[in-house]
Amino acid sequence: MRYVEEFRDPKAAKGVLAAIARVACEIGATREEPVRIMEICGGHTHAIFRYGLDKLVHEGIEFIHGPGCPVCVLPMSRVDECVEIAERPGVIFTTFGDAMRVPGSRKSLMQAKADGCDIRMVYSPLDALELARRNPDREVVFFGLGFETTTPSTALTIQQAARERIGNFTVFCNHITVPPPIKALLDDPHMLLDGFVGPGHVSMVIGIHPYDFIARDYGKPIVVAGFEPLDLLQSVLMVLEQIRDGRAEVENQYARVVPEHGNPVSLAAIADVYEERPSFEWRGLGEIDASGLRIRDAYRAYDAEETFGIGYAVGRAKVEEPEGCACGAVMTGRIKPTACPQFGRGCTPDMPLGALMVSSEGACAAYWTYGGARVASETEPAE
Amino acid sequence: MNMPSKPSRLRGDRVTLAHGGGGRAMRDLIEEVFTGVFRPESGEDQARLTSAALQVPGARLAFTTDSYVVTPVEFPGGDIGKLAVCGTVNDLAVGGAQPLWLSASFIIEEGCEIALLRRIVASMAREAEAAGVKIVTGDTKVVEKGSCDTVFVTTSGVGVIPPGRDLGAVHIRPGDVAIVNGVLGDHGATILAARGDLALSAPLQSDCQALGHLMAAVAEACPNLRAARDATRGGLASALNEMAEAAGVSVELDEASLPLRPEVKGMCEILGLDPLYLANEGALVLFVPEAEAEAALAAMRALPAGREAVIVGRATERGSVPVRMISAFGGTRIVDMLVGEQLPRIC
Repeated sequence: MRYVEEFRDPKAAKGVLAAIARVACEIGATREEPVRIMEICGGHTHAIFRYGLDKLVHEGIEFIHGPGCPVCVLPMSRVDECVEIAERPGVIFTTFGDAMRVPGSRKSLMQAKADGCDIRMVYSPLDALELARRNPDREVVFFGLGFETTTPSTALTIQQAARERIGNFTVFCNHITVPPPIKALLDDPHMLLDGFVGPGHVSMVIGIHPYDFIARDYGKPIVVAGFEPLDLLQSVLMVLEQIRDGRAEVENQYARVVPEHGNPVSLAAIADVYEERPSFEWRGLGEIDASGLRIRDAYRAYDAEETFGIGYAVGRAKVEEPEGCACGAVMTGRIKPTACPQFGRGCTPDMPLGALMVSSEGACAAYWTYGGARVASETEPAE
Repeated sequence: MNMPSKPSRLRGDRVTLAHGGGGRAMRDLIEEVFTGVFRPESGEDQARLTSAALQVPGARLAFTTDSYVVTPVEFPGGDIGKLAVCGTVNDLAVGGAQPLWLSASFIIEEGCEIALLRRIVASMAREAEAAGVKIVTGDTKVVEKGSCDTVFVTTSGVGVIPPGRDLGAVHIRPGDVAIVNGVLGDHGATILAARGDLALSAPLQSDCQALGHLMAAVAEACPNLRAARDATRGGLASALNEMAEAAGVSVELDEASLPLRPEVKGMCEILGLDPLYLANEGALVLFVPEAEAEAALAAMRALPAGREAVIVGRATERGSVPVRMISAFGGTRIVDMLVGEQLPRIC
């Protein structure tokens, strides 16, 4: 595949890996005192494990897996609210497939479907809108979930529904934004991060400047990165070079896709349809100010929270995480997935206890699937 | 194809509940659409079977069954009927049996087009003839609309394993090589594209094909053929995991050697799927001792179903995980069993 294979070229990788090792030595990074780099995005976590990058890079580099998987940071209470909506008579509840298996405190959407709820997997919010057109006597709800990458498509769908005056379509909005949780992590006195690899697809929409505060206010380097292994390696190298040179800047490794100022059409659609919530609950991080989006009053008719009187529209019950589940600590990088007492015992991809094991982008699922835990001792770096 | 020459006694274009009622309508449907084409030798409601292969001392019977619920029922490269014949033929063939006889049962949804049934049956007859098997008995049921989706097919198969042949994953030894017969993931990717939900169009065809002749050729060429599987649901990854577990060995795959079409790779990239888990319906994976690998490859490449046969990995002493892959990038990763369902109703 053109424009993909080039970014997986083993020969080129060898060169970058050597450069990483050189700079890591220059700044004195060791296994005992590593440089800690957080890859914010779940897609990056997945790629790191899929290609075994954590084993290939110099031992003085430690990847900390950030909160950038929208399914994983969804609090259990929101899953409960999904189930509650799906159980209402006449509702067709639509969702992306990867949210189906996330455990709620009562049940997952998958279990609710087996129990008789009309829950359908869709590939796009437009598919949900089409279901609403075809089922005028039913109430079609779309489970809007994700960061700035998926927010524009939900916004455009709501605008389209409004133009067509479709009256049986609403969105259960769980869209969240990347910068606030990064700020929350940086404000945590226990956090020991040396730099960030930023989520490229998010910056495709928002550009690179929303991260300026990371460099300016916290003195940490951040490099917005693509998703192929060479993208990631080059970004790690760029972070290391900043550390070596005593710089803290926002750099764009993914310039072939990410415009400096983002995508103006998407940003306009987001601004038209959504506004910031005062705060939003994140799994493992708690309520974070101004980290979630809600549907503006002008589009209130399309807001499932208003229509069904649920969630932030009415005040929410606190739902405790299941006992023994350390998703919160893993999510904030305080512990590795394998340090969770439930990892591989009470919690596996077949029977997930926490969300990090459900989504393929979750750090625990990546550890499990690609063997970070199970083959760590016997894999050797490639020659 | 044998079509009845007399004018059709079937009224209407669609199956109704009357066609399952046990009366004249049912008899007409069975005779015109099914037995008129399959032409079973026995007029009774049972097949009476004889075969020279069975008379050989030490020969064993092999017996298998499978149900098919694929949606859509017709797709590029095949249909549910072709799938039902090939799938069951393959289950017999990979166990070392010569496939001989099939049964075919149909659960038909009220409203199913009779023309569609005729196409499915014609496709089954064609595949059965090519694979050298006979469809010797069967059944039909009609259920109310909504009780099944268009048509579900169950085929059972009986074959004969010649004396002395004993294929099984337990025979795999460290050092044995793993061979596949051709490109992987075509069936899964085709069904996904054919559903139309994704607005993806790719020039793809299901790999659905019978593997009886190919298996016979390999077994002939490799006296020490260890084991074979057809890598259907769960893809190559799941087949290899099952074989490695059964054998008490590990399998090391070489990513660079995996035969994948660019279209399938591209679709997997877009959708975040792993081609190792995509379903196949004509993909054979087998283990042979290294000394017989060249003979196996030559025998396979001489047949259309094995033209692109290639070594994809080898068995090693049992390590910490059943299957790992050396990525083209130089890293190593686990290839686990499929968790959950990549796609429902793929076969």
